[in-house]
Amino acid sequence: MTENNASNVFINIGERTNVTGSAKFRNLIKAGDYDTAVDVARQQVENGAQIIDVNMDEGMLDGVDAMTTFLNLIAAEPDIARVPIMIDSSKWEVIEAGLKCVQGKAIVNSISLKEGEEQFLEQAEKVMAYGAATVVMAFDEVGQADTADRKYEICERAYKLLTEKIGFPPEDIIFDANIFAVATGIEEHNNYAVDFIEACERIRKNLPHCHMSGGLSNVSFSFRGNEIVRRAMHSVFLYHAIPAGLDMAIVNAGQLDIYDNIDPELREAVEDVILNRRDDATERLLDLAEQYRGQKGEVKKKDMSWREQPVEKRLEHALVHGITEFVVEDTEECRQRAERPLHVIEGPLMDGMNVVGDLFGAGKMFLPQVVKSARVMKAAVAHLTPFIEEEQKELGLDKVSNGKVVLATVKGDVHDIGKNIVSVVLSCNGYDIIDLGVMVPAEKILETAIEENADMIGLSGLITPSLDEMVFVAAEMERQNIHLPLLIGGATTSPAHTAVKIDPVFPSSPVIHVTDASRAVGVVSAMMNDEERETMWGTTKARYDRIRESRSGGPPTPRLPIGEAREKGFKTEEASAAAPSFTGVQTFEGIDLSELRDYIDWTPYFASWDLAGKFPNILEDEKVGEAASDLWRDTQTMLQRLLGEQWFSPKAVIGFWEAKRDGDDIKLSTGDTFYTLRQQMVKNNEKPNFALADFLSPHGDHIGAFCVTSGSEADEISKKFKEDGDDYSAIMVQALADRFAEAMAEYMHEKVRKELWGYAADEGLDNDELIKEKYQGIRPAPGYPAQPDHTEKELLFKLLEAEERIGVSLTTSFAMSPAPSVSGLYFAHPDSAYFAVGRIERDQVEDYARRKGWETRVAERWLAPILNYDPYAQAGDEAA
Amino acid sequence: MNRQDRISALEEEAKNRILILDGAMGTMLQKYDFSEEQFRGDRFSDWDSPVKGNNDLLNLTQPDAVTEVHEQFIAAGADFIETNTFSATVIAQADYNMEDLAPEIAEEGVKCARKAADKADRPVAVLGAIGPTNKTLSLSPDVNNPGYREVTFDDVREAYLQQARAMAPHIDFFLIETIFDTLNAKAAIKALLDLKAETGEDIPIIISGTITDASGRTLSGQTAEAFWHSVRHAEPWAVGLNCALGAKLMRPHINAISKTANTRVISYPNAGLPNEFGEYDETPEQTAEQLEEWAKSGLVNVLGGCCGTTPPHIEAIKQATVGKTPREIPQPETAMRLSGLEPFLLAS
Repeated sequence: MTENNASNVFINIGERTNVTGSAKFRNLIKAGDYDTAVDVARQQVENGAQIIDVNMDEGMLDGVDAMTTFLNLIAAEPDIARVPIMIDSSKWEVIEAGLKCVQGKAIVNSISLKEGEEQFLEQAEKVMAYGAATVVMAFDEVGQADTADRKYEICERAYKLLTEKIGFPPEDIIFDANIFAVATGIEEHNNYAVDFIEACERIRKNLPHCHMSGGLSNVSFSFRGNEIVRRAMHSVFLYHAIPAGLDMAIVNAGQLDIYDNIDPELREAVEDVILNRRDDATERLLDLAEQYRGQKGEVKKKDMSWREQPVEKRLEHALVHGITEFVVEDTEECRQRAERPLHVIEGPLMDGMNVVGDLFGAGKMFLPQVVKSARVMKAAVAHLTPFIEEEQKELGLDKVSNGKVVLATVKGDVHDIGKNIVSVVLSCNGYDIIDLGVMVPAEKILETAIEENADMIGLSGLITPSLDEMVFVAAEMERQNIHLPLLIGGATTSPAHTAVKIDPVFPSSPVIHVTDASRAVGVVSAMMNDEERETMWGTTKARYDRIRESRSGGPPTPRLPIGEAREKGFKTEEASAAAPSFTGVQTFEGIDLSELRDYIDWTPYFASWDLAGKFPNILEDEKVGEAASDLWRDTQTMLQRLLGEQWFSPKAVIGFWEAKRDGDDIKLSTGDTFYTLRQQMVKNNEKPNFALADFLSPHGDHIGAFCVTSGSEADEISKKFKEDGDDYSAIMVQALADRFAEAMAEYMHEKVRKELWGYAADEGLDNDELIKEKYQGIRPAPGYPAQPDHTEKELLFKLLEAEERIGVSLTTSFAMSPAPSVSGLYFAHPDSAYFAVGRIERDQVEDYARRKGWETRVAERWLAPILNYDPYAQAGDEAA
Repeated sequence: MNRQDRISALEEEAKNRILILDGAMGTMLQKYDFSEEQFRGDRFSDWDSPVKGNNDLLNLTQPDAVTEVHEQFIAAGADFIETNTFSATVIAQADYNMEDLAPEIAEEGVKCARKAADKADRPVAVLGAIGPTNKTLSLSPDVNNPGYREVTFDDVREAYLQQARAMAPHIDFFLIETIFDTLNAKAAIKALLDLKAETGEDIPIIISGTITDASGRTLSGQTAEAFWHSVRHAEPWAVGLNCALGAKLMRPHINAISKTANTRVISYPNAGLPNEFGEYDETPEQTAEQLEEWAKSGLVNVLGGCCGTTPPHIEAIKQATVGKTPREIPQPETAMRLSGLEPFLLAS
């Protein structure tokens, strides 16, 4: 568990189902239009509200009746009722009526000492008996608390009464310390935000287990009508209040700006007001605010004029902009007009998707947007499916499809984000996708392709051993005469590997390397068309020939003999650092996700969505900025849920051992050996030819190792989203789990440097510097450039007891399962640095094989990607 | 032995072994094959409507049979027996126009159980069974009007309060069971807390929900963990699941509760799923074999049986748990645990 106010968890409470805060909702309730009112609640949850606040305090309404009616109605809506309810009223009888309608554990908002202790405790006891948590307002017999001192005093008094007198669970107390309006022109109000933030800090620190909440929109009340300024004020306020301990607030979940995205001039002026930094802060913000007056906030700016267009255009708009809101009614409208339901798909929906495809192809739409489009398409198709099936039954027709593709991540590999993206992109282009998942053996892929009468097969993989597995699948297709096009994709695949290794073993059908998801549709549609297939196959073959030629032609780049390379090694004589705080292995669990969030390097996250650019600049990028910002906003919403509900349970295992260098080997006191590989390139400078062993003294030293994981939850959650047809969220969870695993690696490495090994106890780096690796020591992983041999993970995992301790195991290809995991070795030497082994010669391969007790052939297989020679050519020569 | 002695003795036992709850009352009574006349007895011979099937009425008309079933389960090794009062509320008795008799049925039912329990040569506790009633507070019976409710929270709470008041003098625990709508259970909890405030008598509560089918949810839509969050405020002596599913299908949900509940876990599944004639085919050995694995895995503190389980089933379950360590009660981190249909957790 974390310290009280250290955690940055923040829970969004939806505010739109509140008659005092939303004119729209008030009018709906007053008019008795509960159906539409229920939709407002649904949108709140869809927009990421984790709790919804329901308030019916309006003079003209019977509060008890309205509360009861509304809560009973939303109880019947599973997609709303899944979240807890906050029953909000200033009238106790309305609250009590609400408590009688909710089967879940709700929150009462609110009770207070306003009418004295007796009534306060009486109501609190009822809250307990109904099984709810409660908001306690900082309000007493004297009035509402305004200063930090008064806020704290009232909350402390309430806390003591509740916990000591009636045994109210402290974790079920949420203090609302009154967010008041600032910049009102009244000087006494200027410090209100600061008072709130200070009070938060004191309350969370001194009153254990309690929570803090508030009504956010109050703070910006004096800027009513100026959405941009109000939203900036909200974001800045949260930016400062959350670290002080505010862990929930009533907000419009769809309308939170990202602090970093606020216009810097405005942000500065708002910050002056919120933090009460200068006397003229209010005037300055008022002046600046004029510029924004009349402009609406980004989301509100939402132009609804597209709803006026003909239905086909509306569908196109919905697909291009990823709006699910009206898609079912629009689809239904088309269906009623169409001769056959299928025509709706073939007509307006495919037209819309073609526009999406064109924009995507032209680089004007980006992957996250396309995945959202797919979500809209799925909703439309889901609506039509029953009609189509019925018609097919009547007419006795077969299902129509553009083509059927079997997709799989190959045996030994568990990475599937890329494959999932391709699957979404293809299925929303009308292809039938049979996604076999991860770790799929060749037999299964081929059997399925035959049984399902597939039109082609797509293979994906991320780690280098998957390349061999793909060669195997291709060879099996040749052997079994399965003449289907084979598509190759994934991070380590390349045109070169495909040309040199895969294409030659499967000459009877096209083998096409697909560089990224945006190319998949083009390739698949070409493969479905006889003429285009021949053309594409022809040009691809020609290209592969050129690649093969250029690789076989000319002498290989010169390499130093291994003996000479060793002479030129780095080879320290000094021990890397003092001994670590322990030797052996320790497990670390219960690490707070919100703490890890600060260690996330977001740039690769955007890359996993095919959005190239450095974070945070990518949000402003001319080309992908809009897509990146949308993705970022959606990601923040998920992140808040993820943190609030602690979706992942990250774990780590760390080990340290006495170790020393012995040639290119690392000998451990356990009797085990890590083998390392040495650079053999000829260098024109004085730089040594590195091997990882070089960073250890031969006279006695230490080495560390780690394995960290986000755990297996991500997979399950992602699967759930997928089952609900929400691939966008499914992929997002996976990508976030990967980021949390990397963040965990960064976090543990820092802990190792500062405490566990402790050689850099007073290091003080911020996240940027961490990302740039400005620290002492490295954490290379087997399978990466400094040690390309994946099999070295086997010993690493054995020593760490990674499977027993944190449930991370290795597949036959030495991929880690669950996928969001990271492992590696720790070197502490001040001069240790990352390097790439590069291509190596036969002499080192033979020597390495001898040291590891392998046949040379085995070594050549595992080191295939870095061989500076062609082992097969040589064998042929010898035989001749 | 008074109530407190029995509770203390069982709490002591619970530290070392898995305690045993009895099996099904309903399916056992069906074996007597009582006729309409036997259900009526002399007292209700000219009752306006048919009463056959009102098993709780047998507390008044065939009390010896009810007591006999209790004795058989005690002989089979039960530490806890459930009173034959599942439907002894004004709401449930309305089906037979016997609303006014509900308190009497409840009181006579607990007396049958008390009589059997007091004859035993070891401490046997009587659980005052409180069923779900046949009305739901979270669901509308009218598909066209999802906001409609047949009863109010206060109707249900008052019905339970009346039942609880009638049972309190003779029982050792309250058992709120077969909960398919958590809001009904919350009304029962409120009634029991009101009764406690009224009498000052603290009778421990056991709570058992029902996951109705393979969806893994209660009828009213909650997951097992969300259900636990909803009833935690009762500070139950034990919490768990019963009915609807056999052991095999119930296991993942009991596991979910077992992992988070900071109190004892109780479970009494059906003897498998009913066959096409509505009968339960699972043999005592089959049931016991599955529950033995639960015991080995440390999932539970109290085991018993629901529909279709007989004294031989209970005996077999008891045998299967001999020598197995009961579940250790976990102490999860302090956090605000809310729920809708799904659980929500905010760490402190």
